[in-house]
Amino acid sequence: MAVFTIIRSAINLGSAFLFGCTGETITEKSGHLNLGIPGVMCMGALGGCRGVALYMKGTDPANINGLLLLLSAMLFCIIYAGATGAIYAFLTVGLRCNQNVTGLTVTTFGIGCSKYFIKSVNTANFNYASESLSRLFPFSSKMNAFWQIFFGQGSLVYIAILIALITAYVFKKTRVGLKLRAVGENPAAADAAGVNVTKYKYCAILIGSAVAGLGGLFYIMDFLHGSWEYDVDSIGWLSVALVIFTLWKPDLGILGSFLFGALRILPTYISFLPRDIAGLLPYVVTVVVLIVTSVLDSKENQPPAALGLAYFREDR
Amino acid sequence: MDKEIALEMRGVSKYFGSVTANKNVDLKVYKGEILAVLGENGSGKTTLMNMISGIYFPDEGQTFVNGEEAVIRSPQDAFKHKIGMIHQHFKLVDVFTAAQNIVLGVKNEPKPIDESKNAFLRFFAKIGRKMESGLYKKKEVAAQVKEIADKYGFEIDPKKKIYDMSVSEKQTVEIVKVLYRGANVLILDEPTAVLTPQETEKLFAVLRKMKEDGKSIIIITHKLNEVLAISDRVAVLRKGESVGEIATKDADENKLTELMVGKKVELNIERSLPQNPADRLVIKGLNLKNHDGVKVLDNVSFTAKSGEILGIAGIAGSGQKELLEAIAGLQRLESGDMIFHNPKKDKPVTFFHKDLHRVKELAKAGAFRYENGETVDFTGKSDKEIKELVNDGKVLFKEDEIIDLKDKTPLQIRELGIRLSFVPEDRLGMGLVGNMDIVDNMMLRSYRKGKSVFLDRGKPGKLADEIIEELEVVTPSAHTPVRKLSGGNVQKVLVGREIASAPKVLMAAYPVRGLDINSSYTIYNLLNKQKENGAAVIFVGEDLDVLIELCDRILVIGSGKVTGIVDGRNANKSEIGLLMTKTEGMDENGVESVKEAVNE
Amino acid sequence: MSETNAKKVREPLFHITKRAALPFWKSTLIKVGGLLLGFLISGILVSALTGKSPFALYASLFKGNFGQEIRIWKLLRETALLLGIGLALLPAFKMKFWNLGADGQVLMGALVTAGLMYKLGPNANSAVVNILMIAGSIAAGVIWAVIPAIFKAKFKTNETLFTLMMNYIAAGITGYMISIWATNGSGTMGTIKYAWLPKLGNDSLLTVIVAVLLTALMFVYLRFTKHGYEISVVGESENTAKYIGINVEKVILRTLVLSGAICGLMGLLMAGSINHTISKTLVESRGFTAVLVVWLANFNPLYMVGTSFLIAFLQNGSSNVVTEFSLNDSSIASIITAVGIFCVIGCEFFIRYKFQLTKKKKEDK
Repeated sequence: MAVFTIIRSAINLGSAFLFGCTGETITEKSGHLNLGIPGVMCMGALGGCRGVALYMKGTDPANINGLLLLLSAMLFCIIYAGATGAIYAFLTVGLRCNQNVTGLTVTTFGIGCSKYFIKSVNTANFNYASESLSRLFPFSSKMNAFWQIFFGQGSLVYIAILIALITAYVFKKTRVGLKLRAVGENPAAADAAGVNVTKYKYCAILIGSAVAGLGGLFYIMDFLHGSWEYDVDSIGWLSVALVIFTLWKPDLGILGSFLFGALRILPTYISFLPRDIAGLLPYVVTVVVLIVTSVLDSKENQPPAALGLAYFREDR
Repeated sequence: MDKEIALEMRGVSKYFGSVTANKNVDLKVYKGEILAVLGENGSGKTTLMNMISGIYFPDEGQTFVNGEEAVIRSPQDAFKHKIGMIHQHFKLVDVFTAAQNIVLGVKNEPKPIDESKNAFLRFFAKIGRKMESGLYKKKEVAAQVKEIADKYGFEIDPKKKIYDMSVSEKQTVEIVKVLYRGANVLILDEPTAVLTPQETEKLFAVLRKMKEDGKSIIIITHKLNEVLAISDRVAVLRKGESVGEIATKDADENKLTELMVGKKVELNIERSLPQNPADRLVIKGLNLKNHDGVKVLDNVSFTAKSGEILGIAGIAGSGQKELLEAIAGLQRLESGDMIFHNPKKDKPVTFFHKDLHRVKELAKAGAFRYENGETVDFTGKSDKEIKELVNDGKVLFKEDEIIDLKDKTPLQIRELGIRLSFVPEDRLGMGLVGNMDIVDNMMLRSYRKGKSVFLDRGKPGKLADEIIEELEVVTPSAHTPVRKLSGGNVQKVLVGREIASAPKVLMAAYPVRGLDINSSYTIYNLLNKQKENGAAVIFVGEDLDVLIELCDRILVIGSGKVTGIVDGRNANKSEIGLLMTKTEGMDENGVESVKEAVNE
Repeated sequence: MSETNAKKVREPLFHITKRAALPFWKSTLIKVGGLLLGFLISGILVSALTGKSPFALYASLFKGNFGQEIRIWKLLRETALLLGIGLALLPAFKMKFWNLGADGQVLMGALVTAGLMYKLGPNANSAVVNILMIAGSIAAGVIWAVIPAIFKAKFKTNETLFTLMMNYIAAGITGYMISIWATNGSGTMGTIKYAWLPKLGNDSLLTVIVAVLLTALMFVYLRFTKHGYEISVVGESENTAKYIGINVEKVILRTLVLSGAICGLMGLLMAGSINHTISKTLVESRGFTAVLVVWLANFNPLYMVGTSFLIAFLQNGSSNVVTEFSLNDSSIASIITAVGIFCVIGCEFFIRYKFQLTKKKKEDK
């Protein structure tokens, strides 16, 4: 059934958006608009590839330990993406630089670095690695298209959903989530209440970057089956747009991401439109969604009030 | 004295750039005592307290808590030393509930575990309890909040969002927040500024209760009567330095004023009788809803007369801001009329604000006459001839102009030639542009003049120099961004600009908020001068003593309704305070309802 | 946590305080210091990657920009393009309208230009086509900028993402048009041979002249005209603007028309005077680089000449580094540029804040 295949791939690609979206949401909740996320995702992809290459180096492709491969990929991915996020964090939190400029520069940096260093990564057995990473349940390959939607995905898809759910839970139900939201809404109030604003900002940006970076790893190793593409950053930009679309709610982000995944997948199935025009679908839909959400604005569904503003305690 | 010292500061100094906020200040507060820190606005009271509560770090000096030196680097440190501050501008997260704000940042200790189990189970129980303590449990927190509220007699709804709260409710949340953290030293920064006299009494009762409980309370204020009413001891600051300490029982208003200002001051506002008051602005049945669809003005009617000051009293956020903005053309009314009487009878028509098109329109309607009484008829005259006639002052108005301001934009109001000036509450966010210099701020009102696409900075420059000189604005030059001036000087610039156009109506919202005594009196005098010049002055104030001293009539507004209009010369504070919290609007004869309210 | 066992905390050695405004020369000095630090770090970085000495890098950077006359022209042209696009963004940015869509606006201008060159060029008088190109490119840029502006003005729709999405849409449309026009099967346009804009000496001079003129005009516009004043007021505080009766919606639209028009003009120059072709990637993200130009110059059109020169210098120089060090990958250029910018924006911290040592008064007891 073609429909089920499309849904499967939509969810698959959607997971890349989901990582990016969840990561950026975590960051924005601390009051930092990280336009460096596209760059961070590129670096995550690079790191992930490094991790995979490292594991594959001494491994027989026929005999891959899926868990070790995944851990190695994720570890390096998180380190690379986290380090890139750390540049942004140090400049915007520590040195209180303008977030937009810093973010855009981080993106330039991330794209450049990933392009440059990916050349030195040995991608020889990446197709085998990708095969292992993109199917968590080996038995699912025998299932029909419908059940493939649920069981025919790579482990990172489930991890993406899990992370989004945990993030939503933390925001809503825990004291840590409360503090983080306070930092993004009104850092002066959070500070006066005894929350360590700087610590929370750093943590949110670093964790957010690490999560977003996994999106890059996923995009290359799972969705693209291990072949390096240079359009990781466009996934990043759409993820940033998704955050607004999903009203800074990670649980809503799951649905939004899958929808975006579908929008980006669909053009390959639409034959009556030229490819270039059909490819505009996700962007046009984003624009429409932006307009609709702005027309129906409400008090609760607003960005964190202090988004984009540097905080200095002794400001008067 | 055998009382224990709770908190002491020695030789504390703090500088902001080249500004000295505090210099070598010493301060002591004992256990179970209420200390008033008295000083003018800008004397460094708040900065000093911010250093105790960890917002600022002192550049020099030491702090001692219970006799031991304490280093307070952040609000967390302050809480560790059981110090809590209730800031004047509440530090609350708007989209959170009261309970969420109260527990924010407080570490929840995990519940103890049952020691009888074996080590293995204990380990997991420990982790479980630890994770559990990280959860935010609504019911548990609400119960804790309620416990504190009951102990001191607060009323608080833990589930209510901050943005739905009145100022006094927000203040309650702030106080409970500090108590929840177990504070023994409470600092309150200007807590009564936004309260009605009745609410103030309630707050003082709570403070006394806390004092009996052994807590130390520092209350910052510049209101002398409150110092005398609540405190045990007074510390006075002047220009960032401590100038003296005195037991309240030995103090009186004169003594304190002298300490605070440094010289004897006569604090009297001269109030002249209104000269030939005539209706200037007649407001009828204004109704207005805000962005969220909540009614903020409910059937508001009043008349502002020329040559008098009409005060507007009310709890902050009762619709004062919206009322003035509606008159200035910044709000879209639901219904109501705002009739402006422009005293133009027998005065020559000018192009100062009226363009040729408008003049022709009015002439067609028969609004003008020549000096000989003949009605002006421009038919058959060229534009040039008309211009000459007007510029020579030969065209006169027949009657006063009657203009409805409803649905007019600020620009249209000015184009109609109405000289309406407005000093908004938010000086740097609305009245002025903080990052622009004084000259460019002068231009805000007048830059459109002339047809040229280029700006003329000549006249605004002159105006800026005049205002700097006449109002004694302290500034390095007319090209200093106004953001860098002190509060009083910012206000002088704003008021100076607004009265420069010789307004017929002058509206001022909280014009002396945050100003020192001298600047405040400059502003009062300016308002009085405008009144004597025949302007209708509308003054929104928060200090009832000032309103009673300054205004000819006082309109009291409560939740968007006019709850009474009282005569300034024989009004009293508690009467106005009662009207402020009244919920029904005034009936036709306002004065009557006042008496009822008092009798209740 | 009783007070008695509250840990005795050490007095911090220093803390951060806000500075009073620094004199111009001091803040410039700090910025130059930041830049030098950027050079130092990228030098170390590149020598770590290539094993060559950092000084070789600097020499190569310089040679890349000033080595030959053609390189100097390339530097000037690149500076002019960044400056021009930056000037387009400037009025919008002053109004706090974060237009990240310059890429798309320029591309649409270029697309219309190329279309006219390609379709009308062979059959019509060049001068007529040129005039149509000017009008068409400006109109295209304006349309692309005004669409987000309308929604921003009416509904406060987030313009950052809106304009960003418009970039992708512009690229898609360009790709589609090329697929129709390019009949040679390669999927690219190749050089269009007709209706080039008049050549002044070389491909670059016209662009440089336009950029210089625009700089002067923009400086005057923002500083001395009523429109410019209104832009500042709206940008600083929308409430103030309403209070004095400025029609905010009108100002937003008017300013974005201007912004889009200049972008369209830059597209005209890129397609009609410099490249004589069109591709999806013609603009090469200059729209984003221009954001940095504006920001680093602190929204001052005159300083922007310096910042655009600096970035063009870094980019051109580092692409020379790539060839000279045979790195066969141009992406190192963006790494060097990014490191440079990190240092420059990072050093602004020291302009606004300072570290204050803690002094303690000794009490004689």
